[in-house]
Amino acid sequence: MYRYDEFDHKLVGERVNQFRRQVGRRLQGELNEDQFKPLRLMNGLYLQLHAYMLRVNVPYGTLSSTQMRRFAHIARTYDRGYGHFTTRQNIQYNWIRLEDTAAILAELAEVEVTAIQSSGNCVRNITSDQYAGCAADELADPRMYCEMLRQYSVLHPEFSYLPRKFKIAVTGSPNDRAAVAVHDIGLRMHQNEKGQMGFEVLVGGGLGRLPHIAHTIRDWIEPEHILSYVEAILRIYNLHGRRDNIHKARIKIIVNQMGIDKYRELVDAEFERIRDGALTIPEAEMQRIEQYFAPPAYDTLTDEADFLEQESQASAEFGRWLARNTVEHKVPGYRIVNLTLKPLGKPPGDIDADTMDAVADLADRYSFGEIRVTHRQNLVFVDVRQQDLPELWKALDALGLATPNLDSITDIICCPGLDYCALANARSIPVAADISQRFVDVDELADIGELKINISGCMNACGHHHVGHIGILGVDKRNQEFFQLTLGGSSDQNASLGDRLGPGLPQSEVPDAIASIVTAYKSVRQEGERFLDTYRRVGIEPFKEAVYGPSKKKAVA
Amino acid sequence: MALIRNGELVDDEYRVLSDDETLPASGAVIVSLTRWQADRETLLARAEMPGVWLDSDESPELIAADLDAIGVVALEFPVFRDGRAYSYARMLRDRFGFKGEVRAVGEVLMEQLHFMLRTGFDAFEVTGDDPLGQYQVAQADFSVWYQATGDGRPTAIGLRQAGKA
Repeated sequence: MYRYDEFDHKLVGERVNQFRRQVGRRLQGELNEDQFKPLRLMNGLYLQLHAYMLRVNVPYGTLSSTQMRRFAHIARTYDRGYGHFTTRQNIQYNWIRLEDTAAILAELAEVEVTAIQSSGNCVRNITSDQYAGCAADELADPRMYCEMLRQYSVLHPEFSYLPRKFKIAVTGSPNDRAAVAVHDIGLRMHQNEKGQMGFEVLVGGGLGRLPHIAHTIRDWIEPEHILSYVEAILRIYNLHGRRDNIHKARIKIIVNQMGIDKYRELVDAEFERIRDGALTIPEAEMQRIEQYFAPPAYDTLTDEADFLEQESQASAEFGRWLARNTVEHKVPGYRIVNLTLKPLGKPPGDIDADTMDAVADLADRYSFGEIRVTHRQNLVFVDVRQQDLPELWKALDALGLATPNLDSITDIICCPGLDYCALANARSIPVAADISQRFVDVDELADIGELKINISGCMNACGHHHVGHIGILGVDKRNQEFFQLTLGGSSDQNASLGDRLGPGLPQSEVPDAIASIVTAYKSVRQEGERFLDTYRRVGIEPFKEAVYGPSKKKAVA
Repeated sequence: MALIRNGELVDDEYRVLSDDETLPASGAVIVSLTRWQADRETLLARAEMPGVWLDSDESPELIAADLDAIGVVALEFPVFRDGRAYSYARMLRDRFGFKGEVRAVGEVLMEQLHFMLRTGFDAFEVTGDDPLGQYQVAQADFSVWYQATGDGRPTAIGLRQAGKA
C-alpha cells in the first residue's frame, strides 16, 4: 500500500487546518450557507435530510486494517456506530455534527485518509479494480498509476471548479471490474503491438439522467504521459464544458454534442503542447511509488485443489461459499475472498463499528492486514492462503459476511433512497429487502448464478440502474412510488445500457416481476449461459411477456 | 473595492472603461474585448499600455498576437463557481508566456486565492473589511503542492527529488 511521506502529511494537514478555519467562520456567521456550501462539499460534507453526511475516500478501494479500525472509531465517537460503503469506494457517515468535522478529518489524516474532493465539481476519488495486484486475469497492476492520479488531482489549482463532478476509473485487467466505460475518464491498461504496456483512454461515460457509454479517445498512451493526457482532457472540458445547465454539464454531454472526433482533435492539440512538460512522470517517482505496491511476503505454496474439494464435500455450505464468493489468485496456494455486505433490510454497504473491527482483525490474521472496498459495496481480502479458507469462512459466517451471493440476484447495489436522501423519489431499500427475502434459498441462488441487480431511488442513478443486468428505477407518478425495470445493462468490458421493459410497477409487484424474469431466463437459457448472455441472445420479448403477460401485450398493441 | 498586487495593497492606476465611454486623452484603461477589437490601433498608440477585460467565455487566444503590448489582462469570475479563468490564466502564462499582470475580477473569494496564485494570477480585485489581512492568511494555507503549474512553487515531487540529490 502507498504510505504518506512528510510532504503528503504536510499537505493533508494543511488542508485540515484550512477546513477547520472555514468551519469556524461558518459557525461564527462570517460565511453564509451559500458561501460555505462549495467549501464543505469540496471536503465531502453534505447536508442531508436529517444531518450532515461526511464522505471519506478509500483511494482506489485500498484500505489497511489500521484505517478500518479508525473508521470504526469515527463511527462510534462521532456517528451512530456505523458507516456505509458506497459504489465509488468511499465510506459515508450519515449523522455528523458540523462542529466535529475538523476533528474527524484530523483523526483520519493521522492514518492517511482524507475526504478531499469526495464531492464538489472537481476530480473525485480515483477508483479501480478491487482485485488489483492479485487477480489471475490481470495484465498489469494499476495501483501505482491510481496513486499518481490521486496526487495529481488533489487540490488541483486549475481543475477544482470544473463545470461538474469528474470521475476517473482505472483497470489493469481485460475483465473490467472498475466500470471504466461509465466514467468521465476510463483508463484501461493494455499492451500495444510492440508489447509495451500503456493505457487505452476512454472519455465521456456516465450514468445519471442522460446515460452514456464512453468513447475511446486514444487507443494507447505511454504511462509516463498519462498525467499530461488527463490534463489535456480536463483542460478542454474546463474550457468547453457547458455551464448553463447543471444537468448538461458533465463531460459526456459536451463530448456527444461536439462529437468524439472534434473533442479528440482539441485534446490531442493540447496534449502535443504539453506532452514533454512538467507532468511527464520522472522515472525516479515511478519507481518510488511502485515500490509501495510490491507484492507482500507470499509463502511458496502450491494450489490446494484436493484439500478444498475435500472440505467442500464435508460442508456443502463451505463449498457454495468457495464457489461463489472466492476468486482465483495469481499466486499459487492463495485465493481472493469476497465479504458480501448486504445485510437484509438495511442499505447495502452498511457496516457497524464492531464488525469493522472484527474485519480488521481477520485481515491482519489472514490477508496481510489489507482490505479492499468494491464498487458493488462489498469488501475483499485479496491474499488468503487456501489452507486458511475453511477457518476464515467460519469466522466470516459468524459475522454474517459469508452469504454465498457474490454477483448474484441478492448482491444488490442500491442507493440510500427516500429513507435518507433529499433527492430520491422512492424508497429503494425496501425493494432490495423484498427481493433478498424472495431469494433466500442458497441452492436457487447458485442455480441462477450471476445476475446483478441495481436499484436507484431516482433518475440521478446513484444505484447505477442503467448498468444492472436488471435495473430498477424509482419514479414518482402522481405522488405514488413506481418502479421501472430495465434489462441487459452491464458495466464490464462489454458495457451496455439496459432496455426498458415496460410500464412502472408498484413496489408490491416488483418481487413477483423479478421472479417471473428469473423463471423466463431459466426456461430459455442454454447450458452455462448467464442471465446477461441469455438476454443478449433472445432479446426483451420473452421477459416482457413473462412480466406483463401476452394478453396485456396484445391489448396494448 | 481594493486591488492587491503581488501581495500588497496598491492604488489602481488602471480604470475600467465601459464601452459607451469615450477614450480619455491620457491615463491607463482596461477595455472590453469588443472595444479592443474595434479600437486596437488607437489603444496600442497610447502612452500607457492597455488592459483588456475578458469575460469568462472569452479566451485569451483572441488577443494572443498582441500580448506583448498589453499590460493587464483582467479575467472575470462572473460567479466563483465558474472556473474557466483558471485555465485562461495558465494559458496566458504557460502557453503564451505573458509577463504582464493577470488580474482576477468579479466574484473573487479569498478561499480560492491559493488556486489563483498557482495558476498565474498576480493581482486581485477584492472587497471586505480587511482584504490584505485575509489575503495573507489565505496565501499561507499551503506550503506544498502536488501539481507543477509553471509558477515555480514547491511541489511534492520536486521536494522528493531534491531530498535525494
